[in-house]
Amino acid sequence: MTRSRWGWRMIEAVGLTKRYGAKTAVYNLSFQVRPGTVTGFLGPNGAGKSTTMRMILGLDTPTEGKVTIGGLPFRQTPNAPRQVGALLDAKAVHGGRSARNHLLSLAQLSGIPARRVDEVLGVVGLQDVARKRSKGFSLGMGQRLGIAAALLGDPQVLLFDEPVNGLDPEGILWVRNLMKRLASEGRTVFVSSHLMSEMALTADHLIVIGRGQLLADMSVTDFISTNSADFARVRTPDGEPQSREKLSAALSGAGAQVLTEPDGALRVTGLPLPRISDLAHGSDVRLWELSPHRASLEEAYMRMTQGAVDYRSTVDQKAGLTQQPQPGFGAPRQQIPEVPQQGFYAPPPPGSYAGAPAAAQAAPTAAAPADPTKPEDPR
Amino acid sequence: MASLPAVLQSEWTKIRTVSSTIWTLAAAFLVTVAVSAALCALFRSTFDDLSPAQRLTFDPTLASFSGMTLGQLAMVVFGVLVVGTEYSSGMIRTSLAAVPQRGTFLFGKLAVATVLALAVGMATSFAAFFLGQALLGEHRTTIGAENVLRAVVGGGLYMGLIALFSMAVATMLRSSMLSLGILMPFFFLVSQILAAVPKAKTVARYFPDQAGARIMQVVPDALGGTKVPYGPWEGLGIMLIWVLVALAGGYAVLKRRDA
Repeated sequence: MTRSRWGWRMIEAVGLTKRYGAKTAVYNLSFQVRPGTVTGFLGPNGAGKSTTMRMILGLDTPTEGKVTIGGLPFRQTPNAPRQVGALLDAKAVHGGRSARNHLLSLAQLSGIPARRVDEVLGVVGLQDVARKRSKGFSLGMGQRLGIAAALLGDPQVLLFDEPVNGLDPEGILWVRNLMKRLASEGRTVFVSSHLMSEMALTADHLIVIGRGQLLADMSVTDFISTNSADFARVRTPDGEPQSREKLSAALSGAGAQVLTEPDGALRVTGLPLPRISDLAHGSDVRLWELSPHRASLEEAYMRMTQGAVDYRSTVDQKAGLTQQPQPGFGAPRQQIPEVPQQGFYAPPPPGSYAGAPAAAQAAPTAAAPADPTKPEDPR
Repeated sequence: MASLPAVLQSEWTKIRTVSSTIWTLAAAFLVTVAVSAALCALFRSTFDDLSPAQRLTFDPTLASFSGMTLGQLAMVVFGVLVVGTEYSSGMIRTSLAAVPQRGTFLFGKLAVATVLALAVGMATSFAAFFLGQALLGEHRTTIGAENVLRAVVGGGLYMGLIALFSMAVATMLRSSMLSLGILMPFFFLVSQILAAVPKAKTVARYFPDQAGARIMQVVPDALGGTKVPYGPWEGLGIMLIWVLVALAGGYAVLKRRDA
């Protein structure tokens, strides 16, 4: 069987479906991962990313459909570690074994010399702790060890499941550059993450899934232009809800889409800024703010996956824990009664640290102290 | 394809680089030898208190293996941990991603661990025998006596098979805790107790440990024990059937289930 120069490094999923009993983890997923680029695999927690990764590696058997690497199911790939390297779980090592011995046992499986073990330990920067038990490793060191294991066989196809989890900023930058370099050498690099912000910087191509289904399969540039929507933020004077209603009606009448943010500001799409100003002037409403806003990739991603988030956080009511808020110490967050669900943003995925700034930007009140006496917008 | 020699080499690296290997195997050796020695010394000093029937059927070889009931538990732990830690640590995914041929992986792994367990089992068996005989004084037997060498070699085989059986069970259950939770009470309590209960012992004598232990007897029905309807090698054969069934089960589970 002859394969094209590209074909033997390509990951291809066709109608991939995985059910665990009644729960469908992945449904009818079809995509291709091409060599020479970093392909980001995005989705909220529980979207089916890891399940898909495990199916690619033949660890889980698909209920329906198939996934191949270079045309062959992974379990039939000859000398798999020399073709495909993978980081699935940073903690998937025997804690009592040293980093070097862990890698050595993997190297021996595919006839990789021990010299190469020391080499990759140097590449990931673990040479100083090579003979320490991996039990004492931090999550970041574990990730580095996992990456070392993936690089061991100098494979042409690389899979990384959440490689930046637990890494420090220096480590994140290192992983980013490593991915890019591996791709520029013509390898296939498939990286999963739940952090859009990270993928925006690393990946060239994006495969986005939510609830196990394909949401997008396009280049990062296309993703931005398709999914980012510009809007204007309009704020009327505080304590004048009637003028806000008036302006809202006038804008809607002019064909704009108007949504109310939790703090009472309006999000207006579909009208240019000067026109909004004119309409405000025409309806005799003063404006405290009229600002252009460009949705970040993070927001575009969150909007896309909003309906597909499995684990959504609720406001911590602390029922029965506090009688009344302590003056000066009350956590402002818990006093915001409701975050409008139809709004523009979803809460950041649990565990998302890089997502926080974007979310805070989208919803300034979430972080700002709320005045409990102020009547909240019913929407 | 990861070849069998490569898997064997890799598994040898894995098994020699965790401290649980040394601890469990050393415990199997020391517990068996020490408890056997203590009981042999006890037999010698209280020999005259035994009933005439027991004195007539006293089996010095079996006496020197009396610590194995306890020592085999360390072998069980060794066998369970060899397989179970792959699952508890998640290493199994790394291993299977590197060796997609699951049969090669499993049997390579079990082969290495079993050879090691057999080697330690043999050393244990011989050490327990010679130390036990030295302590039995005038009641001793010698390695050259009839069937004694068979019993001593059999003791080593028994230890190896117990370890292999534990590995196979752990492969089926995919968990160290669950496997230990079943195997330890079974070998230490259930099997021992049932073997002493009148009606239940007709069934219990076909349990792997009860059947396999028959090979260590030189005097049939030693120490007033009841007759069993199989000989020493048949007994070991019964144990071997248990092991093979467990292995088939473990292989089927590994082959079919998601890692």
